[in-house]
Amino acid sequence: MKIAVCIKQVPDTEARLRVAPDGRWIDEADVPFVINESDEYALEEGLKLAETTGGEVIAISLGPERVREALRKALALGASRAVLLANTAFRGGDALADGRALAAAIAREGCDLVLTGSQSDDQGFGATGTVVAGHLGWPHAWLVMGVEVEEGGASLQVTREMESGTNEIFRMALPAVLEIQAGINHPRYASLKGIMAAKKKEIAEPSPADLGLQESEVGAAAARLEVLSVGFPESAAAAQILEGDAVSAAKKLVGLLQGEARVI
Amino acid sequence: MTTRIWAVLQQREGKLHRMGWEAIAAAQRLADELGGSAEAVLLGSEIGDLAREAAGHDLAAVRTADHPLLAGYTPGGYVATLAAAIGAERPDFVLFPHTYQSVEYVPRLAQAIGAALVPEAIGFERGEAGLVWRRPILTGKMQARVRTRGAGPVLVSLQSGAFSADSRRPGSAGVAPLPVELGAADLGREVLGVEQAGGDQVDLSKAEVIVAVGRGVGGADKLAPVQELAALLKAEIGASRPVIDAGWLPRDRQIGSSGQTVSPKLYLALGISGAIQHLVGMKGSTVVVAVNKDAGAPIFKVAHYGIVGDLHEVVPALTAAVRESRAAG
Repeated sequence: MKIAVCIKQVPDTEARLRVAPDGRWIDEADVPFVINESDEYALEEGLKLAETTGGEVIAISLGPERVREALRKALALGASRAVLLANTAFRGGDALADGRALAAAIAREGCDLVLTGSQSDDQGFGATGTVVAGHLGWPHAWLVMGVEVEEGGASLQVTREMESGTNEIFRMALPAVLEIQAGINHPRYASLKGIMAAKKKEIAEPSPADLGLQESEVGAAAARLEVLSVGFPESAAAAQILEGDAVSAAKKLVGLLQGEARVI
Repeated sequence: MTTRIWAVLQQREGKLHRMGWEAIAAAQRLADELGGSAEAVLLGSEIGDLAREAAGHDLAAVRTADHPLLAGYTPGGYVATLAAAIGAERPDFVLFPHTYQSVEYVPRLAQAIGAALVPEAIGFERGEAGLVWRRPILTGKMQARVRTRGAGPVLVSLQSGAFSADSRRPGSAGVAPLPVELGAADLGREVLGVEQAGGDQVDLSKAEVIVAVGRGVGGADKLAPVQELAALLKAEIGASRPVIDAGWLPRDRQIGSSGQTVSPKLYLALGISGAIQHLVGMKGSTVVVAVNKDAGAPIFKVAHYGIVGDLHEVVPALTAAVRESRAAG
């Protein structure tokens, strides 16, 4: 099975965030970037499926040149090739514009299955994989917690997370797009051999024209959502912060929980 | 021309999802703001009773898409039905509750009909920049103000609790059907069944005290001091999703939208940043205490008491302080 896995590089969730001077995004200087959490699980699921079906994984990402590092990691983990949509025309898109670009890149590869994470830890649209499916005209599922290829290889049995601790199980035809939920598997670590092999693997960098798209169909030119400003939420009804070192703060807290709140 | 706003309700097995009321409240407010009319839309099979329930609001109409193939939710069935309805009726805004169901199909609807999409809105305002929506970014640590561009309908999903269901206006609306043309091939999946995720052996909903850990705990091998404190407080241990995904605690300890919903007297959140998916599972707690290294963590906004510090120092100090006060008392 030929599997495309879409990964996104996002700020480390532990990173200290500052607003950029233009106020429209975070200042990316000094921010460590990592592969988006649910995308790591999507990559692992893709590598597992490629191993069991005798196929390959193509890692695809949209983002600036720094994203090469994330794609190198995917190649070190076992992807056979990578595609990076780093052309400046791709920048500044929303889920609709990015989904169109990614779908065009995937269509060019002729894949049987597309895996993505369920939501990015930066924009958090939770929508891009679904838009990819729409452009390809393939069925899709979001928040996937289990994937089994059914006998004959033409369909999948998919387990999807629902609210309040239940899962729904259904059958889908291939080709399909699955948006993977974090926790579906245990992502592997790269081996030294894998890291060495990754250096020789190809990262293609197609332009919109290479994908058969006009520049007006991708990136900021096609985005229907425009970010005016970003900021930290106003703190309303904030907690009473207990000052001091750990020991004195803990003592104050226990006093308040016994006296004022009467809960212990 | 008057602005038409739809609120798409969610139902399952004969019950309306409570977030549908929030969508109605938001639609009414947006209609007031823009000088338009609000309608509710309901999809399903044999949903006459639910439509009458929804009709008890100040709405221009309740529109129903009633079809046997809509008896259960499928993304294909919902997208095909709503794409046709929106194409025929031309609402300007379509609001959805931001749920695991709508997040799956609404982006595909936007793509199919060429609509703009605002995922997980937490509010709107009208000013010089036009209609501006607010939405969380960077896992809730920050917010973005966004506006849509281009012609055509705008699809917006609304975060749980962003609009108060209590603010919706009652009234009396008529119910009118929407035409539905669906075939089994449109559904995109064949539903086989539903299972419990990980089996709920532990019922956290009845716990009086919960000590919950987040990613900040750092590993399964660092849980012992937390377990000691929990034992002392006769508390159940809970966790946010990253802890479960990492395998540090079993899935039946998960609190949040994909786990259990709890409402203890005391909720101690240790190293939990406070993503919305977690907050919806514990916001009913009477007293919330947060311990986190990051003073800007959203958990401090829902907590009553907070300690900004390393939980690995604070937890043993708390255990000692409880012991000390009991010895003294």
